[in-house]
Amino acid sequence: MSTADALMGRGLRILNRVSASPLIDRFGLRKPAERLLFLSSKNAFRAAEKVGRQFTAVQKLAKPARLPKASGRALFDLTPSDEQQMLRDAVLAFANEQLRPAAVAADTACSTPAALLIQAAELGVALMGIPEELGGAGAERSAVTNVLVHEAMAQGDLGLAVACLAPSAVSTALVLWGDENQQAKYLPAFTGESLPPAALAIQEPRALFNPFELQSTAKKKAGGYVLNGVKALVPLAATAELFIIAAQLEGAGPALFIVEATAAGLNIDAEPAMGLRAAATGTVTLKNVELPGDALLADGAAEVYAECISLSRIAWCALAVGCGQAALDYLIPYVNERVAFGEPISHRQSVAFNIANIGIELEGMRLATLRAASRAEQGLDFARETAIARKLCADKGVVIGSDAVQLLGGHGFIKEHPAERWYRDLRAVGVMEGVVLV
Amino acid sequence: MINLESPKKFSALTMQAHQVAKEIFRPISRKYDLAEHAYPKELDMLASLLDGMTAGGGAAGAGAAGVGRGIREDSDENRNGSNLSSLVGVMELCWGDVGLLLSMPRQGLGNSAIASVANEEQLERFKGRWAAMAITEPGCGSDSAAIRTTAVKDGDDYILNGEKIYVTAGDRAELVVVWATLDKNIGRAAIKSFVVEKGTPGFELVRLEHKLGIRASDTAAFVLKDVRVPAKNLLGDPEVNVEKGFAGVMQTFDNTRPLVAGMALGLTRAVLEETRRVLEAAGVVIDYSAPVITQSAAAAQFIGMEADYESARLLTLQAAWMADNRKPNSLQASMAKAKAGRTCVDVALKAIELCGSIGYSETSLLEKWARDAKILDIFEGTQQIQQLIVARRLLGKSSAELR
Repeated sequence: MSTADALMGRGLRILNRVSASPLIDRFGLRKPAERLLFLSSKNAFRAAEKVGRQFTAVQKLAKPARLPKASGRALFDLTPSDEQQMLRDAVLAFANEQLRPAAVAADTACSTPAALLIQAAELGVALMGIPEELGGAGAERSAVTNVLVHEAMAQGDLGLAVACLAPSAVSTALVLWGDENQQAKYLPAFTGESLPPAALAIQEPRALFNPFELQSTAKKKAGGYVLNGVKALVPLAATAELFIIAAQLEGAGPALFIVEATAAGLNIDAEPAMGLRAAATGTVTLKNVELPGDALLADGAAEVYAECISLSRIAWCALAVGCGQAALDYLIPYVNERVAFGEPISHRQSVAFNIANIGIELEGMRLATLRAASRAEQGLDFARETAIARKLCADKGVVIGSDAVQLLGGHGFIKEHPAERWYRDLRAVGVMEGVVLV
Repeated sequence: MINLESPKKFSALTMQAHQVAKEIFRPISRKYDLAEHAYPKELDMLASLLDGMTAGGGAAGAGAAGVGRGIREDSDENRNGSNLSSLVGVMELCWGDVGLLLSMPRQGLGNSAIASVANEEQLERFKGRWAAMAITEPGCGSDSAAIRTTAVKDGDDYILNGEKIYVTAGDRAELVVVWATLDKNIGRAAIKSFVVEKGTPGFELVRLEHKLGIRASDTAAFVLKDVRVPAKNLLGDPEVNVEKGFAGVMQTFDNTRPLVAGMALGLTRAVLEETRRVLEAAGVVIDYSAPVITQSAAAAQFIGMEADYESARLLTLQAAWMADNRKPNSLQASMAKAKAGRTCVDVALKAIELCGSIGYSETSLLEKWARDAKILDIFEGTQQIQQLIVARRLLGKSSAELR
């Protein structure tokens, strides 16, 4: 199949999913989608399979389906492909028009409206990460594309972005590391009308948490595993139907397990935090949770777990960049319009240099994040680049959040302005492990 | 397609420049730090080699002269050209020694100015000659619009009068690009740059400075007393255009700021590599997978230093890449220079603390690098000037509004 054909097929699949949605017009997707439709008039539509919320294998492939790696780089290049640009624009429009206005209420209510999650699913972000053989619309595995999506989503609101993107972390993990049985059983749900709430749970509640030294345990037993432990700050915890949970596998190392929310011994408690409140974070307690033998992802391979941690850290970096950009975009008109001592406060170097530094550090964060993702998708080692991006995004992100409040002064401290929320949300970067994945 | 790795086509250049830095610069680095104002004669042969590298690679170059005007505007194909290759070369050479790079014949900042704004005839005439840059005066530094050196048209010549300081390689270069005003009352628009031949009557070297760092590089002060310069040596548009007059001379900076950022990056990488060696010898483990908070304070600080370095490096590559692709890059060039300048000082000073007496004594090069570092946050636009430029761009303010 040629690239053009693959593109067409994907376009059609997305179109199929979103054509009924009024969103398509609002976010300018109609035109590109229609163009693709016109081009592909010879291609037959494949009706989306309706799937229930029972995780049962409908149709199994002989071997697991993965997305091919993006290829074809030789030169230094910062220009996104047309497709990446189109997707980013669509997500950004959604973030600005849907997420931003809903952010205050969701933050207060500690939950994301179901309608918003459905709209987010209709954008097809999760679908793009699932191969066509499995009912998705993805043609290529690109961590960079995912970075652009995470960044754009967080420009609307970081907490809502986490809520919208958390399920696709689970589907992405299944695409990357699931075997044919796991993919057949769980992925169809993610290509349906709406995404099942799902979460990738790594974090544990203790100081100096290191995801490579877990206290949650998985003991082998006949035909399966028994899990014990506590997972902290799990997004969508109360509503999630499916988890991927990290636990120390007896006799091996940290590993990822597929855990259905209905598993006996699994309990959820609300755990609202300083920020990310729209993501409805909760604690997942595992008490002698019995899992079947096929619950273990990737046979517990150490390199898969390490890759998962790195890809998740990159996703958090992308969220920080998006949130930081939102802050800068908000601050610029504010300091230009706010008058003190007879002129805009932006005419003072102490204010102006602060803006300059936000701009400089933010751009550095963005480039470091893109580099880590770009190395990941090229199959190069990316542990160091990830650590560097995380260090930058954690440290500078927090400063940007703090400066955003500071530059607004008293206005920054009250909830009429979003700065205080960014202050709270940006603190999550550098703390959080898991949850999102590029 | 987004890719932030250095392209393969630069690997030969990188390797060559690294060899020069390692085999030629490093061994004489301390020697010329101690022997300030002595001419590093080792560089003469090297300069010829470098000319060969530049010529051989076409777009490739390793010095300040390599910056260019990118490609024709009708092409939208991604290009990694002379701005990026020059940057890569400068980073490698400054891993060796910044002062020696600044003393490389025919690679002066004046050469960058010529490469950036000269016309075809001038490019040909000044080809292969070493040009220094003279902007600063006793009464003006960052505020280059306040230049007092005057140029008065007299027939086919201009007559220059004034005083110039901080001219890097001013003693050793063959040409000096001098900034002078055609009319003090007009300000920026009247400032033009003139290529002045050394030995021109009235163009006198006053002294060489004694400095904190980059002592291998000579820093000269000149007086100009009725210096007669041919009108054809004026770079750019001779007319005073109030609309965009300053743009001509300032344009050089969009190309040279990434290079000076590159100098800072080369030095920073040298510091980081040496610091890592010293720390690891002391038993410090640097782990990129474990969270930094779970590591030793030294390891955590080191990763933070590396992070700032990477941020600065990518900002600089971005600025040079934009220049190669004819995208306006004033904002990104200043971002790069600001971040690289402050990072190299910060990293070099922290490295000394981490390495203790090994860092502070002259037994290693760390203390020298920390002294060399400071100029990189000053020349070619100080930290504060870069912040001012970035702020004006982001806020949409003029230089009259945000001063």
